[in-house]
Order: sequence, then C-alpha cells, then structure tokens
Amino acid sequence: MIAKPLALSLLLGALAVVPAAAQVKIGVVTSSSGPIALVGIPQKNSVALLPKSAGGQSIEYIALDDASDPTATVTAFKKLISEEKVDAIIGPSGTPNAMGVINFAAESGTPMLAPVGSAAIILPMTEPKKWVFKTTQNDGLVADKLIEHMVKTGIKTVGFIGTADPYGDNWLKVFTEGATAKGIKVVTAERFQRQDTSLTAQGLKVTASRPDAVLIAAPGSSSVLPETTLFDQGYRGKIYQTHGAALPDFLKLGGKKVEGTILAASLMLVLDDIPDTNVSKKLAVDYVAAYEKAYGTKPATFGANVYDAGLMLQSVIPVALKTAKPGTPEFRAALRTALEGVKELAGTQGVYNLSPEDHSGFDQRGLELITVSGGQWKLLK
Amino acid sequence: MNMQIVMLLGQDGVTNGAVYALLALSIMLVFSVTRILLIPQGEFVAFAALTMAAMQSGRAVQLGWLVFALAVVATLMDAAKVWRSKGREPWPHGTLGLLAVAALALVLTKVLPLDRIGMFAQALLTIALVVPLGPLLYRVFFQAIAAAHSLVLLIVSIAVHVALVGTGLLMFGPEGGKTEPFSDAFFEIGPAMIASQTLWVIAATLALMGGLWVFFGKTLYGRALQATAVNRLGAELVGISPDLAGRASFTLAAAIGVLSGILIAPITTIYYDSGFIISLKGFVGAIIGGLTSFPVAALGALFIGQAEAFSTFWASSYKEVIVFTLLLPVLVWRSLAHTRVEDEE
Repeated sequence: MIAKPLALSLLLGALAVVPAAAQVKIGVVTSSSGPIALVGIPQKNSVALLPKSAGGQSIEYIALDDASDPTATVTAFKKLISEEKVDAIIGPSGTPNAMGVINFAAESGTPMLAPVGSAAIILPMTEPKKWVFKTTQNDGLVADKLIEHMVKTGIKTVGFIGTADPYGDNWLKVFTEGATAKGIKVVTAERFQRQDTSLTAQGLKVTASRPDAVLIAAPGSSSVLPETTLFDQGYRGKIYQTHGAALPDFLKLGGKKVEGTILAASLMLVLDDIPDTNVSKKLAVDYVAAYEKAYGTKPATFGANVYDAGLMLQSVIPVALKTAKPGTPEFRAALRTALEGVKELAGTQGVYNLSPEDHSGFDQRGLELITVSGGQWKLLK
Repeated sequence: MNMQIVMLLGQDGVTNGAVYALLALSIMLVFSVTRILLIPQGEFVAFAALTMAAMQSGRAVQLGWLVFALAVVATLMDAAKVWRSKGREPWPHGTLGLLAVAALALVLTKVLPLDRIGMFAQALLTIALVVPLGPLLYRVFFQAIAAAHSLVLLIVSIAVHVALVGTGLLMFGPEGGKTEPFSDAFFEIGPAMIASQTLWVIAATLALMGGLWVFFGKTLYGRALQATAVNRLGAELVGISPDLAGRASFTLAAAIGVLSGILIAPITTIYYDSGFIISLKGFVGAIIGGLTSFPVAALGALFIGQAEAFSTFWASSYKEVIVFTLLLPVLVWRSLAHTRVEDEE
C-alpha cells in the first residue's frame, strides 16, 4: 500500500541512460535526493546538456543518485567502475561523499572530476588525490576576493554565521586564516543547522559583538534566514555572502531584506553586465539558455560545475585517444595525464589552467563581486 | 547578556515552544487513541508551509495530486472491502467525502490565480488541501492494521514518513519556502520589540488548546475519542467505531499540523524535510508529559523552546545536543516517579 508514494520518490533517483552505441563511457554520481538535493538536482539536470561527442567518439553518460549518503556514493562508484567500466567519473556532489571515494577512484585508476566546494579533496596533493580533479572555485579563492573588498572598504571586524556542516567549517577556517593575515578580526563565529526554524539567538550574539560586517557561509537557500534575521534585529552593517548563496531563490526568499548584500561568485549571475570579450560569457549564456529550455528554471551554479567537468573531458578525450582505446586502463591514465595539461580552457565558471600540483586551476578571472540591487544581481562597480 | 537579549530570546523560545506544544498535543492525541506514534506529523507542517509558499510565489501546487491519488486509493480499498463482504458490510462513510474534497481542492489549485486570491483564501485552500491527508493516511496505511502490535504501527509510521519526505522533495523541490507575514507590525514592550507574528502564534495556540479542551470535554465526538483513548475495547463495546476514532484523531492531528505550518511559515524558511526535526521537539515535549498528560506536555514543549533559544545563544554549535540531552534527566525522573509497570496492550 505504501508502494505508490515510494514509487514516486524512487522516480527521482531514476537513471538517465543514454543510448548504448557510445564508445566513451562517463559515470555521473550526484546527490539528487536527500539533504543536499538542492546541490544535486541542478547537477543531475545538467547531465542531459553535456557534450555528446569528442574526437569523433560519442560519449555515453551513466547517471546515478547517491541520496546524499557517502556510503551510497561508494556503492555507486564501485558499480560504475567494475560493472560499467567507465573511463571517468563526474561527481559526487558533497565533500564528505567525495572524500570517501578518492581511494576507490585511485585504486582502479579512474579520473574523477568532483564539483564539490572544499579544497580538501585535492589539497594537500597525495598519491590517491592525483586522480581527483575539482571543477569549482576553491573556498580560499572566493574568500580572498571578499577579504580584498573588506580591506578596501575599511572593515576591521567581522562576525561569522555559518552552517554546522563541512561547508561552514571549511569557510570558517579559510576565512579566518585569510582575514587575520590582512588584519581583520573575526569577532564571533556562530553556527546553525539548515532546518533551524529560528536564528534569533545567533543573530543576537553577532549583533551584540558589533562587527563592521557579517559573513554568512551557507549553501543554497539556508543562506537567507541568517540575513533576514539580522535585518529584523536592526543590524544595518555590510553583509557578505559566499558563492553558496548564488542562486535565484536567494533573491526570492530574501526580498527587500537582502538588498546590498555582497558576494563573490561566477559570472553566471550577472551575464548581462559582463562584456562580450569575456571568454566564459558565450559558454555561460548558451548553458543557461539550454537549461532554461529544458527545465523552465535558471540553473544554480552547482549545475554549471558539472557542465564544466563535461567541457573539460571533451577537451582531453581527443588527446587521450591518441595513445589508447576507450575502456582500457591506459586510456584512463592518458585522460588523467591530459587533464593535468589543460591550459587556458574556457568554461562557464571561468578559465582553467591545471597542473600536476593544482587540480582545480581557477584564478580570479572566474570570480566577480556581485551585489543585490533592486531585487536583481548586479555587478559591483 | 542584558535584559533586552533575555527578552528577545524568551520571545523566540515562546514562539517555537508554542508550535512544539501544538505538535506535542497532536502526537499525544493520536497516540492515545490509536497507539500510533505519528512520525509524519511534521510533514503536515512542512507541506502546509510549502503549499502556502508555492501559492504566494506563483509556482504550481502539486500537493493536490498526491491527496487526490490517496483518496482514489482509499475509495478503491473501501470498494474492495464492500465487494468482498458480498454486500453484508455497508459502504463506509467519509471516504467519498474526502475524495470530493480532494478533487475540489485539486481543481481549485489548477484554475484559481493562486498568487492573487489573498492570504486568507490561500490559507483556507491550504487547509482544504493538506487536512484530508490525515484521514487518508489513516485509511490507506493504518486502518487495516489498527489492531497490530504497536511496534508494527511504529515501523509503518516511519515508512510513511520516509515516503512522504521523498514525495515532498518531488513536489516542492529542494529549496526552502517562506511566506508573507500576516502583518509587519511590531509592538514595543519594555526594552524589547515583539513581532506581531509572535502574538499570532501564541494567540492561535491558546485558541486551539481551548478549542480542544471544549471538544474533548463537552462534545459527543470528543468524548467518544477520549473513551477510545481510555479503553479501546470498552469503547468499541459501547458502539464507538475504532475506524472512526482513528480517522478523527488523524484529521485533528493534520489540522493542528497545518495550522502550525501556516503560523510559522512567515517566521522561518521551511524545507521539504524540515517537518521531522520540528515534530521531534514536539515529541520530546510529549515524552515529558509521559504521552498522557496534555498540560504537562504543553509545559514541556514550552520548556524545550526556551532551552533551545538560550542554548543556541551560548553555544550554537551544540544546540541540538543540549536540547536532546535534556531529555535524559526527564526520562530518569519519570521512570523513578512511576514505579507502576506499563502493560503493553
């Protein structure tokens, strides 16, 4: 009798299997259900938009859902590696999920392109992490951009509100390090859970310590409540957000109360303000248009990170094809070597310059300072 | 920590505590009548809040399909029961009414311009959409096993909860929802500002509790429910249908959950899976009341709200740890205070 709603919820985890005539096989693991589904759903949706061929070979994508559960991620990876014999894997969505599968990817010699936030999956570089690549801006890079703006506007003290999860943890760490180096003091660090119904206490604690500015580090729409709470409590200092807030729902949920927020994120939010000379603009415009056509909503940047992983693979598959055939360990090893040699590759999120030491390869070109003005994202001038 | 902060935290604690108290009451109500620990109680809250939020932001409301589908299943189950009994059993009351309400609500959500019909109409439509979910869940998942061991009921209850959360993700998406406040007014009392939404929550809670007291003390149906809670078999012998009692308690629980959802949706961002943690705190309140005493449960829930607000202020990372650890001394005290052996069944 419970079969019906169950079947409905299982539908969500349904596999997106593309015709089997393909020669290069790419596995995709996302968390399109469970607690971090807001990250995983745009990623799963982006799979259908990924490049269909490279170097004369068609590409087959095999998408699996890990329900945000690190154990399920391991199972999905093992299935993709041993049964499907994939040449590379894009995913998973979450940092804890990614940390758990690094060894499996390395043992089998399968390159893995993880669209996760924390730099911990590629730094410090170890033997297993050689197989891991990361298609998002490192938190530290985004933090530096925000700190630079804080220094410029004379901010001396900052209050921190972050989620009590790896996202908030890592942000507190990199931000405190970066800010202290520039003489900015983090006066209070408060934590909260995504599902908390009230952040009054955290807000009061931060307001009571009278910081010049507040940084909120939370993924997705959980970044809204701390800010509206601070607004309601009469705090009128500058509020900074991380790239976790960079999605349409932030504006919708926050309304007038998030006017003037400053965040650093990819150019995707402010495409209209970006000059046409920017190499990422056309790619991003095309991606957003294709996504909107297919799903009726604008994609969150999480989806674009998966899309960039696809672009990166598309650029290295022809190189790897010169040395080996798809489906062989040699081909996977060639892919890995070729990925380390990616230079000046334009993606929707910025420009990639990878090296054996840097498996993320972003520089400040991929980041823009963005503010909220009149209920819209605007480039901060 | 000055007076103003104490006042603000206290206000926050009372608001949350009031909602926990309502949920504690409905969890106890359902448990005493049907022996089911209603884990999906939180889903009524989340679904109501998200339905309301979807209406206000002009998105399509999908919940009607789920309710309608459940109503169809319930009707088919009734029909199968009547058919198998070869006409000896009468056609049961209620399910066809629920089917009609579900169909009407579904049609209304599809034809009305939902974002422009005003907050009151949106709230009414939300009630019409979500409340039938209560009796339908009972009819489809619990009625056939109403006499089973309470462990079986608990397991089914958890299964229903998990299924509903999954369906919730499908219907509402992973992002949170928030609604417009009933009014933006603030009142200054001493050093603190009191948001009018807080007063709404407290007033509605008191009104609901008063209403429940009158219902159980003065009306025939209320007394029938109470009789079932006191002694199931005895109540059945004097002609109170256990099916009816089960459905009525689920309807009340759903109604209370929906009202809580509508009340807190303007204060906070609700996600498809927010309901569980809210109802868990209501459950802690109910435990403090020993799942039997309504006033103690309400006080317990208020205490949880305060403990939560103040522990968050002192150590926000350990908030949940502190709140749920508080349950331990209460359990110890209760097991010491009640030496009577609880008889299962």
